[in-house]
Amino acid sequence: MITAIAIVTDGLVYAAWLFVVAIGLSLIFGVMKILNVAHGAFYAFGAYISATAIGLYFDRGWPAAGGYVAIGASAIATGLIMGYVLERVFLRRVYGKDEVVVVLVTYALFLILEDVLILIWGAEGKAAYQPYSEAGSIDIGGLAVSLYDIGLVIFAALLAIAAIFAIKKTTFGRLLTAVIYDRETASAFGVDVSRVYTLTFLLGAVLGALGGAITAPKISVSPGLGVEVIVLAFAVVAIGGMGSIEGALLGALIVGLFRACAVHLAPNLELFAIYAVMALVLVFRPHGLFSPALARKI
Amino acid sequence: MVPGTTFVRVCKAVLVATGVSIIGLATASAQTATPPAVAPVKLGIVTFLTGAAAGPFGIPGRNAAEIMIEMINAGKVPEPYATPGLGGAPIETKVLDENGSTANQVTEFRNLVQRDGMHAIVGYISSGNCLAVAPVAEELKALTVLFDCGTPRIFEEKSLKYVFRATPHATMDSVAAARYVVKKYPELTSYSGVNQNYAWGQDSWRDFVAAMKALTPKAKVEKELFPKLFAGEFGAEISALLTAKSPIVHSSFWNGDLESFIVQSGARGLSKESTMVYTAGESAMFRMGSKIPDGSIIGARGQHGVLAPESALNTWFRKVYEDRFGTPPLYPSYHMAQSLLGLKAAWDKAAIKAGKRPTTDEVIAAFENLEFEGPSAKIRMAIGNGHQGISDIAYGTFKYNKAEARPEIVDIVRFPAECVNPPANMTSTAWLEAGMPGAKCN
Repeated sequence: MITAIAIVTDGLVYAAWLFVVAIGLSLIFGVMKILNVAHGAFYAFGAYISATAIGLYFDRGWPAAGGYVAIGASAIATGLIMGYVLERVFLRRVYGKDEVVVVLVTYALFLILEDVLILIWGAEGKAAYQPYSEAGSIDIGGLAVSLYDIGLVIFAALLAIAAIFAIKKTTFGRLLTAVIYDRETASAFGVDVSRVYTLTFLLGAVLGALGGAITAPKISVSPGLGVEVIVLAFAVVAIGGMGSIEGALLGALIVGLFRACAVHLAPNLELFAIYAVMALVLVFRPHGLFSPALARKI
Repeated sequence: MVPGTTFVRVCKAVLVATGVSIIGLATASAQTATPPAVAPVKLGIVTFLTGAAAGPFGIPGRNAAEIMIEMINAGKVPEPYATPGLGGAPIETKVLDENGSTANQVTEFRNLVQRDGMHAIVGYISSGNCLAVAPVAEELKALTVLFDCGTPRIFEEKSLKYVFRATPHATMDSVAAARYVVKKYPELTSYSGVNQNYAWGQDSWRDFVAAMKALTPKAKVEKELFPKLFAGEFGAEISALLTAKSPIVHSSFWNGDLESFIVQSGARGLSKESTMVYTAGESAMFRMGSKIPDGSIIGARGQHGVLAPESALNTWFRKVYEDRFGTPPLYPSYHMAQSLLGLKAAWDKAAIKAGKRPTTDEVIAAFENLEFEGPSAKIRMAIGNGHQGISDIAYGTFKYNKAEARPEIVDIVRFPAECVNPPANMTSTAWLEAGMPGAKCN
């Protein structure tokens, strides 16, 4: 019984983290058709700046609760600044170019930004454990579970609800949907596609930075962490379907639960499990579980 | 003739003569004051300067190289290394980043030897890189001292002439950890392991299990977990260990994974169920401090750092390192220092024997089966046909000194080199599978 509880809780916690990391990547691809490798850099910068903010905050002995505000605020600021600069200075110049060129540009940006991280923070890992440690843990069916992790699951659930609501019920969401389905037609109907692109990229960057920021209190923030994340995020988005919020959510849940099952029941298959699921899904649904129907242009 | 013109000519002649004399005197003076130039020994240093391994291993290694080479050149290392340079020749270094693909490391190694004309190379933390550059070193006939990588395979799979490793290999770490655990928990019934899913993690766990089977056959393996290298997130692994409730959990984690695991497991109270054995724990103990649960068993891949016995060389090394970098040297710093001292000992010995600058073959002959003092232990190049060092090792138990706000290691147990290393005529695996015959532990 305790193993079942552990599988569910571990799967949900991992899925929550994956969803926060992958949703921005999926959104940018859905709207802009850009496979944004630099998403890993948003994550890494979010983690570093969050770790720095947490350090500065807790060094002053301020109340622990404010530390969580510092995490959110640092992530939003990081995403907005980085997203704006990258979109205006680099991506805007390659819109409409071949997809490979765009991917290479984002890959180059990712590599450059990885080195910028080292220039700013050095090669040593950065620790900001206070929010995680001070959150404590609770007992669920005999298993100690971190309250920070539970908070992460709640946050991811709220984010999913908010994202789905925003896409389906708000004006901006409808504009996004229009651009996702057909950019040219949306433009012909008066949608400012360029503005939608900028806003989408900023949103995606903020979500990427948020993923890093909420992870920072759990890990040693060190160079290279963006590389590991981007591979997993791609797997989640591929399973769920590129550009689908519901797909990212389902993909994260599938990966999280499969990984937790593997760790508890067949530890040697842990690494294999994630990519086996991805391969299995792609065999039957090559565009992912929630890929939108493609309109045939005549 | 105009008298004034003559005067000017005389003045010019005097000035020119004086100038020439001054230049001549200065040149002569310079020639007598400067000793004949000695061609430097070009030394390549390869360590992680970027990437996840840079912070805990690469930078401490580079720092040790920087200070040791400076001190060796100045002749300021205590006896028996007080002579300047290598056989009197100053060391000139080129430092390279080990980060990047293995193929890239092989290319850079070739560049160091063929393009830059390095006389020797000291480096490599990754076992994969060590395995890759070793055959290239043989091909290029380049004297190479591997400083930190742990895989026993380097000298067990093939006899090498140009490659040396003063740092003992990883089997020693696992065997000593098992001996410490059995000494402390003689009634142990089960244990688990969480190790990174790559060569280092798998080999460490395999050797630990083999040593435990030989030492306490009744103890069973409960959980074997192999998370991805640099996973960072260990929630599921910690749950699995919490449900297993093994009294002992072995881990060869290092870098950010080690620190992340300590934080995540600490928040969930894993230490209440299990005593952790961190074979590379010393590299994190100053950064993590009180986050490491009291009672955790800590190793340092040798008897380095806080596990090092007192000696003049160790006291000196710790002082110069702390004065320069403001932090105590970690075990990778010791590995670098002892590798450089081994090279110096061999080079000086060869130079004395040759009576001139020694050739690479003469240095190799001097290095084989050499015994020399490292900052923390005597190193004997006793296995791997005299190319692989062995040394004593220590393990201890972590305790955070709240009064002085600093981490400590207590209950230190030292194991002689012959107790935890295979003999020269056996591979590590064969020795462990045979129950560690011939181990001398008294």
